[in-house]
Amino acid sequence: MLFLIIKRILLGFITLFIVSIITFVGTEVLPGDACTTYLERQAFGEQLEACYRRLGLNIPAYERYVSWALNAIQGDFGYSLSGEMPIKEVLGPRIKNSLVLASAAIFIGIPIALILGIITALWRDKLPDVAISTVTIFAMTIPEFISATLLILIIAIWLEWLPGIVIVPTDVSFLELLPNIILPVVAIAMIMTAHMARMVRSSVIQVMASEYVQMAILKGVPYWKMVFKHVLPNALLPAINVVALTIAWLLGGVVVTEVVFNYPGLGRLVIESISNRDLPTVQALAIILASIYVSINLLADLLTLMLNPRLKTLQIRK
Amino acid sequence: MTDIIQKVKNLSIGFRSKKGEEILILKNISTNIKKGETVGIVGESGSGKSTLALAMMGYVKHGLYTIEGECQFNSSNLLKMKSKDLEKIRGRKIAMIPQNAGQALTPNLKIGYQIDEALQLHSDLNEKEREKKISELLNKVRLPSPETIALRYPHELSGGQQQRVAVAMALAGTPDLLLLDEPTTGLDVTTQAHVLELLNFIAKDTGTSMVYVSHDLGAIAQVSDRIIVMYSGEIVLEGPSRDILKRPIHPYTHGLLKSIPKLSLAGLPESMPGSQPQPGTIQSGCSFFDRCNFSDENCKNNSPKLEFLKDLNTSVRCFNYEKLVNESQASQTVNKIKNKSQDKEILNLSEVSISYAKQKLLDQIFNRISDDNPTVKDININIKKGETIALVGESGSGKSTILKSIAGLLRTKDGLIRFDENRNLSSDLKERDPNDLRIIQLIFQNPDESLNPNHTVEEIIAQPLKLYFGLKGEELKKNIVDLLQKVRLGEFYTSRYPRQLSGGEKQRVAVARAFAAKPDIILCDEVTSALDVSVQAAVLNLLQQLKEDFGTTYIFVSHDLAVVRAISDRVAVLYQGRLCEVGPSNDVYKFPSHPYTEVLLGAVLEPDPDIKPKLVAEDIVEERPPEKGCSFQGRCSRIVGDICKKEIPPWQLTDSGNAIRCHIPIKELQKEQF
Repeated sequence: MLFLIIKRILLGFITLFIVSIITFVGTEVLPGDACTTYLERQAFGEQLEACYRRLGLNIPAYERYVSWALNAIQGDFGYSLSGEMPIKEVLGPRIKNSLVLASAAIFIGIPIALILGIITALWRDKLPDVAISTVTIFAMTIPEFISATLLILIIAIWLEWLPGIVIVPTDVSFLELLPNIILPVVAIAMIMTAHMARMVRSSVIQVMASEYVQMAILKGVPYWKMVFKHVLPNALLPAINVVALTIAWLLGGVVVTEVVFNYPGLGRLVIESISNRDLPTVQALAIILASIYVSINLLADLLTLMLNPRLKTLQIRK
Repeated sequence: MTDIIQKVKNLSIGFRSKKGEEILILKNISTNIKKGETVGIVGESGSGKSTLALAMMGYVKHGLYTIEGECQFNSSNLLKMKSKDLEKIRGRKIAMIPQNAGQALTPNLKIGYQIDEALQLHSDLNEKEREKKISELLNKVRLPSPETIALRYPHELSGGQQQRVAVAMALAGTPDLLLLDEPTTGLDVTTQAHVLELLNFIAKDTGTSMVYVSHDLGAIAQVSDRIIVMYSGEIVLEGPSRDILKRPIHPYTHGLLKSIPKLSLAGLPESMPGSQPQPGTIQSGCSFFDRCNFSDENCKNNSPKLEFLKDLNTSVRCFNYEKLVNESQASQTVNKIKNKSQDKEILNLSEVSISYAKQKLLDQIFNRISDDNPTVKDININIKKGETIALVGESGSGKSTILKSIAGLLRTKDGLIRFDENRNLSSDLKERDPNDLRIIQLIFQNPDESLNPNHTVEEIIAQPLKLYFGLKGEELKKNIVDLLQKVRLGEFYTSRYPRQLSGGEKQRVAVARAFAAKPDIILCDEVTSALDVSVQAAVLNLLQQLKEDFGTTYIFVSHDLAVVRAISDRVAVLYQGRLCEVGPSNDVYKFPSHPYTEVLLGAVLEPDPDIKPKLVAEDIVEERPPEKGCSFQGRCSRIVGDICKKEIPPWQLTDSGNAIRCHIPIKELQKEQF
């Protein structure tokens, strides 16, 4: 078991290493560089040379990669071009904002998704299922920029209950941020909850049709005891990985929603730095998003492994 | 009438089709189960036997509903009962032993908990007493070291052990009636015999009534006092077990018994043509009419009633049963097969070893397999052109592994596989040229999985024709139709999809696909195991006919020793990936000389209440072959000493040409068995 964890963590680092190389090489081979972008029409002769020297672009690429990587491991991603401030300081509040948005969506969305999924599965083809399933399918199919825009129109503009877009400084305190995030959270949670509820539903239905559930019924196990002991533990195991991917997706920045609501999170930062050709920030974001995906997937796999007796013994035997 | 424990009255169960028609799965079933009696319900898949057994617990599967009738237990109708009341009967008064215990035990709960759950629900014992009871129950079903078994998860047990746990769980509530739904199907022959023996013991010991549902007349014969034969949702024959098996007076049962291959009789059994009508087929006459050899005009137009014959103590649904009354079962005719093998060797396996061990990084780089104790080891077999050689053994004996290596799906670790004396086939698929691939074809166990569901029959058979012979247009079409006719399917099958075919028809398509490549060797991997008995006989006959027409060589893998007896010229017995005995089938079956062969043959169940299985060895499962000495040492009842544990036994030859690998001298081996 311990060996497995170490192996998986090592694999995670290898993945991150490859991602860093790909982003580095990618930014390297693109025509133009940070200096040509920054200097625009003045990008020639003495000024360009000076800029290269200042940013250290005159030394060979592999040396730059090594020093960049060594610094990145310590959390120092260098300077952002557009804001001319340390990327660390740019990222800090953005990560915090994204975390706030994601955790709000997770704490609201996941329990609702589980409950809805279980209800629709247990009352399969009956009224609760038909009603909830219709709604979830709608929530799933309507693209988030439409549902978000509709939310703004109804709640913010017609009813004037909540602010429509977020116009607060990036580093605002949590309490001030709170009323601003309600609409974005609802917009994200709708899609996420719908997806997960459908997944949980089909998983529970599958387990309900299994021979061991039939056996439990024939053993005389009362209905709710059967649901909690025999059905749910087996049905929700496969959901762990889906939940993990959803969390990673949320943290990685829900780009569209953040742009629609003008929310200062990681997703919008990605868009901004790409359009500004702020390559150091893009690199830093790529690494951070990749680490989020890798670590959350790792956690999910370990959790599945611990909860599924079948996998556990298999691993130990090996 | 107090001795009746369950009374089924005019029971009809069905479902509503998409068009809104009511389609019956069970048609007006009435029968009684008496106290202490074991009733066998037998029928092919789709005959409604499992639906009937489940209805006896008041359970109707999702999508089905009760149309009419009752299942009375203690004079209350289970089918109308509230689930609260049912919970008190299920597991306590009536318990179920499921078909596939591996699937029927909840994977995330420990064995001990699952038995404890039944005890909590159905007894007043406190925690200490329950703990003791769990050990008692596990002991009763003869599981070794109950305390440790209770702490395990279902997947950590073998198939036989899982089935025993299911029995223990059913016994936890001390039920009055036990329902068994194919409890031994899917188990190895030896395990099956042991589980049946255990069930018989429990029936005697506790006086519990049992309803035993199975398609296997051999298993039914061993346990039941009374037999109910079902066909197309109806009871067609019901009576004392011995009478039904010895003198089946319904044409269906008659044909069914005839189509089962017997150990004592070499040669292929007669097959029953046709298949069971699909539920919902509208028939004016008898449902068995199309397949019956005894039918007349009356059968076509009127459907017979179930009639009780007092002097025979049997109920039968047939107008012409009298024709069968005097015919005895002993008149079984078989089509003796002729050994057409030539002296020319077609495939030679020498010193073949195969390993499933995961390659270490270093081995991967040097492309080698290092494993001191491979799954399959030291296989030497010469296969002659035109013969049928069978590989037999329990699951884990390596028989399918060897087939995979011959087919090139798995590379060998050591040794040579040679085709036609000079072509080396030891490599795997990637290194074989198209002709090497063509000469060896495979037919798989389950045609549902081996036929692409999105291809029509035409596309399925066209593939090898296009690939190996480059046929096109008219010529391709003609070849497909020819092949379909060879496997007795009409031209109109070309446009059908696999899901529109019955199990037997699908397997025929798979056979046609294999023959399309005009192969020299066909590998048959349990080709009849997924089929009903009557269909099995037809497929076996077809394979034999095709072999005679084309001069093909078959390598036949099966766990069913009677089927092997029927079709093969030569048999190779395998245990843990090592050969135990190779010889002409007649001799292997007549003088079972290797102790393992003796165990295997002793455990075969025959549809005859007078032939009881002989249980020679324990049915423990070994996970790995022993490192040293004889492969069978762990279970052998005739170990002669340390030599069995230290040295690999030598090959000994008998006069008739059997080769046996055992330390016991050949004369002694044969003597002791007579």
